[in-house]
Amino acid sequence: MTAPVAPRAEANMGDPYVLGRNVNAGGEEDRSEGGGASKSIVTLYGFWIFLLSDIVMFSGFFASYAVLVGATAGGPDGSSLFELTRIKLETGCLLLSSYTCGMSAIAATRRTLALTEIWLLVTGLLGAGFLGLELQEFAKLIAQGAGPQRSAFLSGFFALVGCHGVHVVAGLLWLGTMMAQIWVKGFRADVMRRLMCFSLFWHALDIIWVALITIVYLMGHAR
Amino acid sequence: MLGKLDWSAVPVGEPIPLAAGTAVFIIMLGVLGWITRRGHWRYLWLEWITSVDHKRIGVMYCLLGLVMLLRGFSDAIMMRVQQALAINAPGFLPPEHYDQIFSAHGTIMIFFGSMPFVIGLMNFVVPLQLGVRDVAFPTLNSVSFWLTASGALLVNISLVVGEFARTGWLPYAPLSELAYSPGVGVDYYLWSIQISGVGTLMSGVNLVTTILKMRAKGMGYLRMPMFCWTALASNLLIVAAFPILTATLAMLTLDRYLGFHFFTNDAGGNPMMFMNLIWSWGHPEVYILILPAFGIFSEIFSTFSGKPLFGYRSMVAATLFICVVSFTVWLHHFFTMGAGADVNAAFGIATSVIAVGTGVKIYNWLFTIYGGRIRFDTPMLWALGFMVTFIVGGMSGVLLAVPPADFMLHNSMFLVAHFHNVIVGGVLFGAFAGMIYWFPKAFGFRLHEGWGKAAFWFSLAGVVTVFVPFYVLGLEGMTRRLQHIDVSEWTPWLYVSTMGVAIMLVGVFCQVAQLVVSILNREALRDETGDPWDGRSLEWSTASPPPTFNFAVPPDVTGQEAYWGVKQRAIKAERLSDEPDYEAIEIPRNTPTGFITAFFATTTGFALIWYIWWLVIVSLLGAYATFVVFAWRDVGETEISVEEVRCIDRARRAAREARLAQKEEA
Amino acid sequence: MTPARPSSLLWSIADVRPVRLFLAALVLAVCGCAEDSSVLRPAGPIASANRMILLDALMIMLAIVVPTIIATLAFAWWFRAGNKRARYQPEFVYSGRIELVVWSIPVLVILFLGGLIWVGSHQLDPYRPLASRVRPLDVQVVSLDWRWLFIYPREGIATINQLVVPIGVPVHFSLTSATVMNAFFVPRLGSMIYTMNGMVTHLHLQADLPGVYHGQSAMFSGDGFPEMRFPVRAISPSDYAAWVRGARGGPGILDGTSYARLARPSVGSPQGIFGSVQPGLFDAVVRQHLSPAARPMPDRGGGGSTISPKLEAGHAR
Repeated sequence: MTAPVAPRAEANMGDPYVLGRNVNAGGEEDRSEGGGASKSIVTLYGFWIFLLSDIVMFSGFFASYAVLVGATAGGPDGSSLFELTRIKLETGCLLLSSYTCGMSAIAATRRTLALTEIWLLVTGLLGAGFLGLELQEFAKLIAQGAGPQRSAFLSGFFALVGCHGVHVVAGLLWLGTMMAQIWVKGFRADVMRRLMCFSLFWHALDIIWVALITIVYLMGHAR
Repeated sequence: MLGKLDWSAVPVGEPIPLAAGTAVFIIMLGVLGWITRRGHWRYLWLEWITSVDHKRIGVMYCLLGLVMLLRGFSDAIMMRVQQALAINAPGFLPPEHYDQIFSAHGTIMIFFGSMPFVIGLMNFVVPLQLGVRDVAFPTLNSVSFWLTASGALLVNISLVVGEFARTGWLPYAPLSELAYSPGVGVDYYLWSIQISGVGTLMSGVNLVTTILKMRAKGMGYLRMPMFCWTALASNLLIVAAFPILTATLAMLTLDRYLGFHFFTNDAGGNPMMFMNLIWSWGHPEVYILILPAFGIFSEIFSTFSGKPLFGYRSMVAATLFICVVSFTVWLHHFFTMGAGADVNAAFGIATSVIAVGTGVKIYNWLFTIYGGRIRFDTPMLWALGFMVTFIVGGMSGVLLAVPPADFMLHNSMFLVAHFHNVIVGGVLFGAFAGMIYWFPKAFGFRLHEGWGKAAFWFSLAGVVTVFVPFYVLGLEGMTRRLQHIDVSEWTPWLYVSTMGVAIMLVGVFCQVAQLVVSILNREALRDETGDPWDGRSLEWSTASPPPTFNFAVPPDVTGQEAYWGVKQRAIKAERLSDEPDYEAIEIPRNTPTGFITAFFATTTGFALIWYIWWLVIVSLLGAYATFVVFAWRDVGETEISVEEVRCIDRARRAAREARLAQKEEA
Repeated sequence: MTPARPSSLLWSIADVRPVRLFLAALVLAVCGCAEDSSVLRPAGPIASANRMILLDALMIMLAIVVPTIIATLAFAWWFRAGNKRARYQPEFVYSGRIELVVWSIPVLVILFLGGLIWVGSHQLDPYRPLASRVRPLDVQVVSLDWRWLFIYPREGIATINQLVVPIGVPVHFSLTSATVMNAFFVPRLGSMIYTMNGMVTHLHLQADLPGVYHGQSAMFSGDGFPEMRFPVRAISPSDYAAWVRGARGGPGILDGTSYARLARPSVGSPQGIFGSVQPGLFDAVVRQHLSPAARPMPDRGGGGSTISPKLEAGHAR
């Protein structure tokens, strides 16, 4: 069988497929040919990819919760357990903390140390407040015999909400470390990259929380 | 103080683990002693253990994989011997041991043998092929490797302290729950996989970012070598699938440690959900393993036929197609769980559909060979061996994808034959091919061809002799994981299969001999030019081994086969291109962060397994402190001076010019 | 009277009798030696239909695979570097025609297979009753650690590690597990199905040839797993009726207490027969009113096992 010879293979040595591109046209370059991106873009991009993977992990817990939501083993279900006031408070704390986190990012781009630290501190306090309310909820549930060992539904609930809570704890630890780093090292390039990553993380936690309250608390309460 | 740990955990009364443990201990002492006597510790610590260079990390990954493949293979030998001896007889391995051995065999082969080998090759090659200096996050790369090593260490510790899981390589519920597996075995499995899983996930993030955001100027997506495309697809799968494994094993851990009820039989737990979740990870996992192997074969078929890859765009499309569809087929691992005809049929059809992608790739390789000038160096032999075995393995997979056939063959030796056929014939053959192909690049000398060819032929013969009888046994009704056999009619096939293991053992011996002989004769096998195979992609434009910075000057890519075009132009012009303007190069500093993090990860894992709670807290604090110390450093890079860069690159150019002159004379 | 045999147009196209016979003969010659357990020697309609689908799929695949392997070896040999007669075509990197073919061949194969899969999965769904004029025999199956319990609810008897069925009579199995997942599998009779605690799976099989067949568990369930074998005796309906008569009223009562004894994890159970069965026992197992004892495995290290007291035998819920 005779194969069609690629027309400009000789002239285009090295481009035997001649994929519709003039090698030396001198015109617009394909966006993907621009060479490597800057360090801050690469870092943030990589962190985004990590966040996406974290969201996949959360979706594993969400899926598990959805499957187990009816498996109450004769025990209490969501509507008898969830306190909407508490959820509103927790959501307020977290959403507000996202706002303050954004404010700290603005202060950081303006290189104002005091304001950055203050906004970060408030973010941390709000996050701690959220955690406190959540721990209180867990303690209450366990005290009334609705702990995770009671039923598969409660296992799913504690694991999903708890996973988010563990992420908040990690975030607070990171936050404290960032506050110390900024204090000691100032707004160096690598410190700024980490601060941006932290902001991404914190906002992503907020997004997960919104999904969580919808699927767990609001839908659970409506049963 | 020491949780559940006490002296009863050491198998003093059991000869096999005791002997194995002692042997390993003696070998380790021997190696450490040799290093100490030769005074190599400083070199090892500065150049390898603390290295953040993707090439060094890639080599270490491959070494870890090779060693663990040996461990997994020794498990396999024990299994085959047991099944040959235990026909209407008890054999030499009681059930409690046999069950641990087949569980360890699968776990080690997949998580600590194949994965590191494949990830190591991707680590080494991808930045070189993309024309960049390193991966996106070099220190994270080091952390990833050492966490994987930590997981491997924990699994091996289970041989001498405690026991391993007895559930198979995937701990199905409720067998893996505390009620039916009350010992530490499943805990060893859980923590070693979780720890190394973090490493793998980080590696996935790293390589995806590198491939998508860091390529040489001019290297658009459709100018990347095929291996980079398959590496991209594989790492996208890692990023998307490994979190599911993390979540599922975390749920099982919560069940075992805190009395949760995700997968228990009681209180509403759902063991079927475990099957769904674990295989939602499990199926993409096998594509994570095979896609890089496909990429390696693309490189090898192309290079050793002296032709560009046929149907490049079609190959890219097929790769991405496989990547996406691999998430839609997981139920074919449990057709017999009773999901109903509609669901079974839908997943059966989806599974067949994925075969379209693979079929396209095979035909494109076939037409790459067509019209080529084929050299039968060892890598090409592995590639041809792959073509033949993998097609059969793929066919058996499509047969199993038909639910009524699966109703008779699920969990049988036919299934075992299928997945070994595709993993050994696909992933392992690819890994060995890649190892031999890129070994000269990594170390500056070739591997001995004679031993390499012997290794190939014995391995191929061994694979056929071991696994074809498995197909027969499956059709004769034999199920898998039997510690003893009571059907005499299966005997002849069991014997043939065990003889096949002996043939494979010869193959393994030849592989080891190849390495040893090559190292001893390295001067005779030296490759001066950096391009021993007449390669087509950018890694062959560097010296062997490449300097730390890979490329003195970042390449500017103008064609699809980035290096081939440059090479042909140089041959035509009878001279190299002009010497570039050199600049000083900044490279990331080596750091012990990865190693120390993994140390704390190991102690955390061990402490969690044995319920030593204070040690868990101390280890986690240690890991956190390691991060903070690393984050606190002020100088992240060292500079390589212009003079040094010029000197190194001039040596490379001189070698190339010598070769060019040689070619003219020829 | 093989109602599970698909009869659509697709089948008649793939019904190349001589080739299929040759293939079957070849495969049988190699693999059919195992008299009692071979998947390729069906003794009932389900196994027969499964085998036909297997061989048909194999044939379709081989039609692609064999030429491809031959082409691989042929091309590799012909285009070897030393062969001066072969034409070196380094620019042959794309061909629209070839691309069309290499995408179409797998797609066509998938279309064939897809039909096979859809029709076969529906016709051979384990839950689908067999069309028959004869009233099906009900057998309830419980997988224990590590033995099989077969309850004949209408006959009021039960057996351990042995199954007796009349030939020509469809058997409807209701299956559950006392503990972990197992899989009920009699290769010569047909499909397997998982057994799971707390739920019931269903399977319909029929034996058409008299004989003794190999039965096993096809899902690893722990240290005693290899012991989960049971012979399946397929006998004439009159012999079967005689066997039932002989067993009924015999010694051995299967009730809560004897079940609890049976359910204790142990390896190597002899075959046994219970002459009477407490009604509703199977349902009690399914509803987890009768829980088995958890496994007190002597593990290496870790002290005593931390087993939840809820899993002690005999606790009603």
